[in-house]
Amino acid sequence: MTSTSPILSRPVEFPGVLFRDRTVPLIQEEPDFFGDLNLDQFVASMLDGRENFRLAPFFYTPLRDVDAVRYRQEAVRDLEDSGIRTGIDDFCAAMRTTREQLGRAAKIHFRIQRQALFLSATETYIAGTRGLDRTLQDHSPDSRALRALAGYLRSYLSSAEFGKLASDAASVRDQLRGIAYRLRLLGDTITVSLVRDEEDYTADVEDTFARFRETPVKSYRSKLRSIPDLNHVEAQIVLRVAKLLPEPFAALDRFSAEHHEFIHQTLTDFDREVQFFLAYLEHVDRMRAGGLPVCVPQVCARGESFGASDAYDPVLAEKLLAAGQKVVCNDFRLDTPERLIVVTGPNHGGKTTFARMVGILHYLVALGLPVPARDARLLLTDRIFTHFERGENLQDLTGKLEDDLARIREILSHASRESLVVVNEIFTSTSLEDALALGTKVIEQISQAGSVCVCVTFLDELSHVTESSVSMVGTVDPDDPARRTFKVVRRPADGLAYAEAIAQKYAVTYQSLKARLAR
Amino acid sequence: MKVHLLHADHDTPREVAETPLREDLVQDLGLETLFDVMASGDAFLHEVARTVLLQPLTEPDAIRYRQQVLHDSLQRPEVVRQLYQVATDAESSPRSVRGWSLGNYPSGILNRAVSVLEELIGYLRQLRALTDEHAAEFGSPGFQGFFATVRQNLDFDYFARLEDHLKRLHFRGGLYLTARLDGQAQSAGLVLRKPAKERPSLFDSLQLPRRGEYAYRLPERDEAGARALSELRDRALNPVADASAQSADHVVAFFSALRWEVGFYVACLNLADELARRRLPVCFPRPEQADTPALQTQGLYDVGLGLRVQEGVVTNDLDADGCTLVMLTGTNQGGKSTMLRALGCAQLMMQAGLLVPAADYRAGVAEGLWTHFKREEDETLESGKLDEELERLSRLVDQVRPHAMVLFNESFSSTNEREGSRIGRQVIDALREAKVRVLFVTHMYDLAHRIATAQRTDQLFLRPERTADGSRTFKVVPGEPQTTSHGRDVYDKVFATAAQS
Repeated sequence: MTSTSPILSRPVEFPGVLFRDRTVPLIQEEPDFFGDLNLDQFVASMLDGRENFRLAPFFYTPLRDVDAVRYRQEAVRDLEDSGIRTGIDDFCAAMRTTREQLGRAAKIHFRIQRQALFLSATETYIAGTRGLDRTLQDHSPDSRALRALAGYLRSYLSSAEFGKLASDAASVRDQLRGIAYRLRLLGDTITVSLVRDEEDYTADVEDTFARFRETPVKSYRSKLRSIPDLNHVEAQIVLRVAKLLPEPFAALDRFSAEHHEFIHQTLTDFDREVQFFLAYLEHVDRMRAGGLPVCVPQVCARGESFGASDAYDPVLAEKLLAAGQKVVCNDFRLDTPERLIVVTGPNHGGKTTFARMVGILHYLVALGLPVPARDARLLLTDRIFTHFERGENLQDLTGKLEDDLARIREILSHASRESLVVVNEIFTSTSLEDALALGTKVIEQISQAGSVCVCVTFLDELSHVTESSVSMVGTVDPDDPARRTFKVVRRPADGLAYAEAIAQKYAVTYQSLKARLAR
Repeated sequence: MKVHLLHADHDTPREVAETPLREDLVQDLGLETLFDVMASGDAFLHEVARTVLLQPLTEPDAIRYRQQVLHDSLQRPEVVRQLYQVATDAESSPRSVRGWSLGNYPSGILNRAVSVLEELIGYLRQLRALTDEHAAEFGSPGFQGFFATVRQNLDFDYFARLEDHLKRLHFRGGLYLTARLDGQAQSAGLVLRKPAKERPSLFDSLQLPRRGEYAYRLPERDEAGARALSELRDRALNPVADASAQSADHVVAFFSALRWEVGFYVACLNLADELARRRLPVCFPRPEQADTPALQTQGLYDVGLGLRVQEGVVTNDLDADGCTLVMLTGTNQGGKSTMLRALGCAQLMMQAGLLVPAADYRAGVAEGLWTHFKREEDETLESGKLDEELERLSRLVDQVRPHAMVLFNESFSSTNEREGSRIGRQVIDALREAKVRVLFVTHMYDLAHRIATAQRTDQLFLRPERTADGSRTFKVVPGEPQTTSHGRDVYDKVFATAAQS
């Protein structure tokens, strides 16, 4: 929908808050790796309650160049100013109310009431727009996006089109407010006429008995329910009022016709796009409220060191915070020429979470959003690939190995030096010997492709395969080897000591089993 | 509209805090008998009598104001009783109005309020009629003020205005209201305008629309429409229903206040009638300022006793002007307690504006009157309950102000005479220095004697009168404390007898 005025259909100065220009095609399907990284759940929670904004494509389309990322990061920084955030929240609320009012109006049959509600909708829109303009003037945003928005609003609000809308609305409202009429209710008949010079009768009654009033007595006012929609009797009254005082209703009628499409598409677009930020910032608010850090990451070029400190998996963090549990943060770092992190350690010790976290951080930076870490310097990848365990299909172990290898081949055929590959427990269904051999081959291939890789495995040996590998290990509490800490640190792989500790914990070591089975 | 029969310039509090000290006062002075006679079977009057007497006035002018009203009442008792009856009937009007009440809807509330008001107007007219007939017979500022209020406020024009409203509030001629439109094109800001007095004539009810008017008639059997119309009526009537119901409440409140204040004088009349029937003397006392310790009376008797016994009561005279202490000493059952009670009652009655049970009574007002009596259930004079006595005393002292009056009856007798006397002496001295008047009945010779030897002029000692042959008259007369022990006589008697044998 475009507005009727030719003056400002698509102002060049304001491309929107998400993209510097509108030529970027949006991806409509969910990326392959979303499921593995739990980003599907994450995005679903963002979309919850905002279904009508169709935000999913924004979450599915990563940015390709650093400046595009910076464009969004600047806007995010502005949104961290509570004055700006509140102002934008208010504007979005006004747009929502306007839509609600228009929605209700559309369902009303009675013309005058429909038009009255339409007038209210335009008033909400006018006030909302002016409010947003005021916010941006008062708080001086720094980002290119919001400065462009401010510029656009200034010119829109001073345009002839907007001026006419606002003054027409005000004029019609004044006329409607000025309407007063007199009703006589007698039996089953209502008679509508003009107001005449008369006293307020209730005041007259009160006045008459005032001489008896000494101390206050209780009130006898009834609470009468209010009905939002005009019943047909009220409608008949209004029709007759319109006969008595036709002018205001004619003005209302003209107004409805002239300003039928009054919402500027640019503002509708902005309302939609800004939800992308607002939804994510609600998540950020929750993280910060739980004491977890969130930061705007630096974007670095290939060949530079990158990593993050005190980082965590945000999807898991949401669950843990909601349950009142503690979230463990981890660091990671790759200095050139390091490209590969091999993560080993005890089962359920946080290795997979660690791998996911690395993947998620690299995706969020490409969306121009702040990331779950205290500080971060991240690569802008061209693609992310994941290879996670698909679950045991016991009947077809051979098939599974083939399947694994096929998927790896697929990844390798597309992975580049700019890609990130996240591998979680590969070749678990074959023999140790095969797993080692195949794993080594795969690592070598990935290394040749030059991609960044995080590989979670039970095979300690894989951490020595290439010179560009870094070994990280999930740790246990030295005093209680069976207790998980979920801390993953840079260290040579430790061997199989953990399995033994866990086995002891569950009393399934050889000694324990002997004792238990003898009973 | 103010009643102002009890106070010249403010309304009277209808409640008094029930404290243990007040309970003590009522019990110790035997006031229940007085209340019962004043009430004469009317529970409301009982409450009035009790509440008013337990809030004694402390300004002689305020007392005189009431005395003047009482004087009028004694001259024209039947008018006063009529006033009381009108007020009583009016106050119970809301209960007497039966009829369907539509619960919490404005139409129902309005109907009921109008019915109550219609009844109340009848009582207002009665009040005006009584005023017209009898106002000239009343000379007190209180009654003159009241009747003037009635005449000014309930004049002919006002009744016409009231009747006019009550006709119109039936809305037989339809409801008239003005309205505006709100944002949803609904009628809002409804203001009720003056309705017609009568149902429209047949011509009008044909309701041919005039120029500049547009009518809408509900189709028959349009139930939803009928409901909508009735809701509109209710919205329009809500404020006036509230105003009418509140007005009814206000008028009832006026009659309630009238009932209370006239009720007090009716209670006084009941008392006066009963005392007259028993041929017991009463008089209008003469109050003096609080800071003059005046106290003079002739023919004083205990009103409770007077109202209970069949044969005549003992009367006493007293001149205790300038005394801060009046001490009654001597053996039991000599009339000391009765005298103490008589003084306490008379003082309280004077300060309520009542007649007092005496031929003559003149006293300075007390800034509070309190009693500290030996507990009756304690027949022995030493019960180990000194704690209780002193605790009670302490609570009493919290309330005492300069120029108060405190009545002690056999206080501190719960310990031995030496200790009791010492405590008593300290208490009496301290109170007198604080300008509190003390009336003290005691059998403790030691206490009385020591005070007496101080030879002060501001104290008076009384003791039970004995005739020449030693029999009691039950009057008390001035006299120095006498040692109560007849131990010496008994000793002499025994040893004389022994010597003889």
